[in-house]
Amino acid sequence: MRPAIIWNGVQKMSDEDIVLSELPDDELVLQMHDDLYDGLKEEIEEGVQILLGRGWAPYDVLTKALVEGMRIVGEDFRDGILFVPEVLLSANAMKSGMAILRPLLAETGAPKVGKMVIGTVKGDIHDIGKNLVSMMMEGAGFEVIDLGINNPVEKYLEAIEEHQPDILGMSALLTTTMPYMKVVVDTLKEKGIRDDLIVLVGGAPLNEEFGKAVGADAYCRDAAVAVETAKALVSRRHNRGPA
Amino acid sequence: MDGKPEQVRIIACGMIAREVLDIIERLKLGHLSLTCLPAMYHHHPEKIAPAIDKAICKARSEGYERIFVGYADCGTGGDLDKVCERHGVERIIGPHCFAFFMGMDAFTKLEDRDMTAFYMTDFLARHFDTFLIEPLGLDRHPELRDMYFGNYEKLVFLAQTEDDDLTEKAKAAAERLGLAFERRFTGYGDLSTALLETAS
Ligand code: B12
Repeated sequence: MRPAIIWNGVQKMSDEDIVLSELPDDELVLQMHDDLYDGLKEEIEEGVQILLGRGWAPYDVLTKALVEGMRIVGEDFRDGILFVPEVLLSANAMKSGMAILRPLLAETGAPKVGKMVIGTVKGDIHDIGKNLVSMMMEGAGFEVIDLGINNPVEKYLEAIEEHQPDILGMSALLTTTMPYMKVVVDTLKEKGIRDDLIVLVGGAPLNEEFGKAVGADAYCRDAAVAVETAKALVSRRHNRGPA
Repeated sequence: MDGKPEQVRIIACGMIAREVLDIIERLKLGHLSLTCLPAMYHHHPEKIAPAIDKAICKARSEGYERIFVGYADCGTGGDLDKVCERHGVERIIGPHCFAFFMGMDAFTKLEDRDMTAFYMTDFLARHFDTFLIEPLGLDRHPELRDMYFGNYEKLVFLAQTEDDDLTEKAKAAAERLGLAFERRFTGYGDLSTALLETAS
């Protein structure tokens, strides 16, 4: 089921009639998917609180209500049904839900799948896509260390040394900054640490061929693919065990 | 020389239509004719290469042997170059219009100086609301402003013409985005040179 995209009063009015706390769990979760789609921050915060109040594990609230809702948003963005502003609003709503869950997830020992260091490369200060990937990776159980924008190779190296991640993620949206990914991968090789890491790259102008050319393990088209790829590659590494 | 120069079809981004037409008129390049793709493709660069492919085929079917593409890479990640290569046509050198207006020489020498700059051109100053504010959703959701522009410090107005009205518009845009303002006159930069070369 996909909610209608109506930005003016119509949908809002009918939404106002819905009292979230009166909905049974399954309907509430579906309503939260709708609210995420519509970027309704307060409603998402309220929904999260209600589910927690009903004894839901924080991890279940995260995956079933938030991550699943955001997956639908991601799909419709990919298919050209939603555009950047809508995605930003949804991401904002999800972020505020996650802010409530984060401390609880730490307390309840939710599963940790792996660790990722991510950042936009030097010269580039686009960060919407990178932030989305960070959020979805966190939602999938990865610990994410986000280095922000405009990162020279030294920043990546420091973070790798400090955090010992499984994955290094790099984002670039400019043709002029994409090649810097190769500088980073080559430096990792020089330092002899390239094979200790899974390197994922992304950003709208990149493609599979480019990912290979810079020596990444994978290019990921969007956040959903990033999560799937990260999970698959991390589990493959764990199965292989230390060489 | 057999007198009449060969007709050349320019296929360009709508964002630079006015500038291309002005250059054609000023430099008296009457044998260059212009067709444009929608400026809005700027926000959807994945549409550019396939649309250029089609436009080149159409121009060829109309009898144009010589074609020039009035686009930089524009975020096509090399896809546009592949199309151009396949058809044996050239495009303007550079990553985007900001770079070729500035001139590639100047642009490559910038290094980190414009790291936190958001560029504006005459086109963007003229169409700020319809081309930036609305597609970014800032008319409906002004609260998103800092998610878009939080990493920026100044708006650099790369002016193609001396036009006080446009400068005022660009200044107002900077204010609306919460950025400092700087104006740099560029003229048409590498666009003139590219069209002149194409015309010869
Ligand atoms: C929004 C936007 C902006 C916003 C950025 C706000 C912000 N905080 O990031 C603003 C308006 C400020 C902006 C500024 C500029 N921009 Co801009 N921008 C865009 C636009 C329209 C959308 C990018 C976006 O956010 N998409 C939404 C997100 C969700 O998608 P995404 O980034 O692709 O991310 C997804 C995947 O790629 C992937 N992914 C991304 N990163 C990673 C990382 C990893 C590890 C993985 C696994 C996956 C992954 O997953 C993400 C989620 O699904 C694009 C055009 C386009 N449609 O791509 C132009 C575009 C990228 N910008 C462009 C330009 C030129 C600029 C400016 C230079 C313009 C100027 N006037 O100054 C400046 C950049 C300055 C700088 N030094 O960085 C050009 C680049 C051209 C080129 N040759 O490279 C583009 C292509 C527009 C165009 N057609 O010319 N921009």
